[in-house]
Amino acid sequence: METSSPPCIELERVSKSYGDLTVIHDLSLRIHDGEFLTFLGPSGCGKTTILRLLAGFERPTTGRLRIRGQDVTGEPPNRRAVNTVFQSYALFPHMTVFENAAFGLRMRRKSKEEIRVRVEEALRAVKMLSFAGRRPSQLSGGQQQRAAIARAIVNKPAALLLDEPLSALDAKLRKEVQLELKELRRKLGITFVFVTHDQEEAFSMSDRVAVINHGVIEQIDAPNVIYETPKNLFVARFVGEINVFDGVAVSQNGKVLDARVEGRPCRLNAGERRYAPGQKIKTLLRPEDIRLEKANGETPDGLFGVVADTVYKGMTIDLIIETDGGKKISATEFFNEDAPEAMFEKGERVRVDWVEDWEVVLPDDGA
Amino acid sequence: MTERSPFRNLAVAAVGGWLTVFVILPNLMTLATSFLSRGEVEFAILPITFSSYRELAGPEFLRMFLDSAWLALGAAMACLAIGYPFAYILARLSPKKRKLGLLFVIIPFWTNSLIRTYALITILNANGLLNKVLLGLGLISAPLDILYTETAVFIGLAYTLLPFMILPLYASIEKLDPRLIEAARDLGAGSFQTFFRVSLPLTLPGIVAGTMLVFLPALGMFYVPDVLGGSRSLLVGNFIRNQFLTARNWPLGSAASVLLTAIMALLLAVYYFCNKRVRREAAA
Repeated sequence: METSSPPCIELERVSKSYGDLTVIHDLSLRIHDGEFLTFLGPSGCGKTTILRLLAGFERPTTGRLRIRGQDVTGEPPNRRAVNTVFQSYALFPHMTVFENAAFGLRMRRKSKEEIRVRVEEALRAVKMLSFAGRRPSQLSGGQQQRAAIARAIVNKPAALLLDEPLSALDAKLRKEVQLELKELRRKLGITFVFVTHDQEEAFSMSDRVAVINHGVIEQIDAPNVIYETPKNLFVARFVGEINVFDGVAVSQNGKVLDARVEGRPCRLNAGERRYAPGQKIKTLLRPEDIRLEKANGETPDGLFGVVADTVYKGMTIDLIIETDGGKKISATEFFNEDAPEAMFEKGERVRVDWVEDWEVVLPDDGA
Repeated sequence: MTERSPFRNLAVAAVGGWLTVFVILPNLMTLATSFLSRGEVEFAILPITFSSYRELAGPEFLRMFLDSAWLALGAAMACLAIGYPFAYILARLSPKKRKLGLLFVIIPFWTNSLIRTYALITILNANGLLNKVLLGLGLISAPLDILYTETAVFIGLAYTLLPFMILPLYASIEKLDPRLIEAARDLGAGSFQTFFRVSLPLTLPGIVAGTMLVFLPALGMFYVPDVLGGSRSLLVGNFIRNQFLTARNWPLGSAASVLLTAIMALLLAVYYFCNKRVRREAAA
């Protein structure tokens, strides 16, 4: 998908160190125009540092940074065509919502009339027009959030940088604002660069998600690709719940890998990877991909276990299975109202299977 | 919470007693004395008269008061000019260095300020440190006559009162959220715009408090002009002291004290109401 126009944001081999501590390692990345890209990672992984590098609050130790094809590596924040929505909103407490939103345009010495029109437009976009005369201290958290977004988008930046902007909101409000942000992005066509540690949030809003760990991108892909085919164990474990089975490769024929998983012979889909006989592997399965059946003693192959606990979740039920090898795994089952007798009881012996080809096989890198 | 513990009663009584004996009574006595007449043997005698206040209403006292106010304001502005950058840097240091810096601000308090003022003489006089340094650097060819001038008083006031400017400034600058500065920069403001549109308005309470804390004491301080200004400069503080100790005109000294206190109270009231209004605006 190479286009002739330069990408909205381009990081070229960017590193950032504080003394001996390197927080960003040799990061290269292109963010396309109009894209919604999320940096997802645990706290301290460097995702906020990336955003601060883009905004200009930090300078990279090495590497180049371009916005709309223009090198801004040494430029201060006020000379960059990006705006930030801060985690704490950072609204100016001595100004009204209108004055806050007008700040950027006033700095650019726009005419009074243009400022009024654009600020009103921005406040309308975030449904804050009726609060224009209020001060931040008179607003709720959600309203402050909207005001902060208006203050940023009014400048029509090349990209909007959002640093965990929803983390201070309660769960219900967060869902609402997530949808609104998506809608806003569609309306404005501005590139959104979002930082979060919440994978659900990342998945529900983004075109692409970059999973960050220890200052490197572990995987950058569309949310469904990251969820279904994680590139490594870190990504697999960080995004959603997953069961990890230990195993050893026996023989491979194309994509078909015969292996011993938890000591039992299994036939796996190895994808494009090749495994030498005897190589240690990990087999990953999402709880919703696991299929359970009552053990009847007729099929000796496969994994067996005992239902150790059941967790009622409303729409689904989570079953905790303790396998014969002593491993605890989790399986999600939908209620089958037509066959209530098919539900599993605590203590019941089950055979663990999965939807064919939905397993992910990775080399055991010791993680 | 209506029931009061004995300890609380005792504490309230102690504070109340202290205030009565050392604040309310002396001030009432000063107020009363200001309406009495001057006596030969006793300091103040009947009959009750307004003559002291009439004497103060003349142009002489007004000029002296304006001189003092002008000097005090100058000292306050000098303290602000020096104190703001100092407090700003102090507030942005690491917590450990911050404590050390604050300690350096406070240490001079441990020395009697009269002694410190005398020490300034050795710096400011013709053979003093200041002149030696300036001569040594070749900035001046003859020693400056600073001592016993208004300049010396000005330097003395600014030096003595600087900590009273730095501490409130530090308190308000430390509260300033650095993310607001980042937000301003992010929205396209340069360093100057960021300072004048964000930092300055948000630290205004500290600026006003510091200015009051320097201006008001500077108005009445008598030993600094006495020691550094020689006999030439007569400021309100010296005038009051002279009435009590040399001229032995207690009613006039009292009247001047009452007037000075009233003017300070007025300034504080203005400050209080401005503050209240700002806060109400922020909340409304």
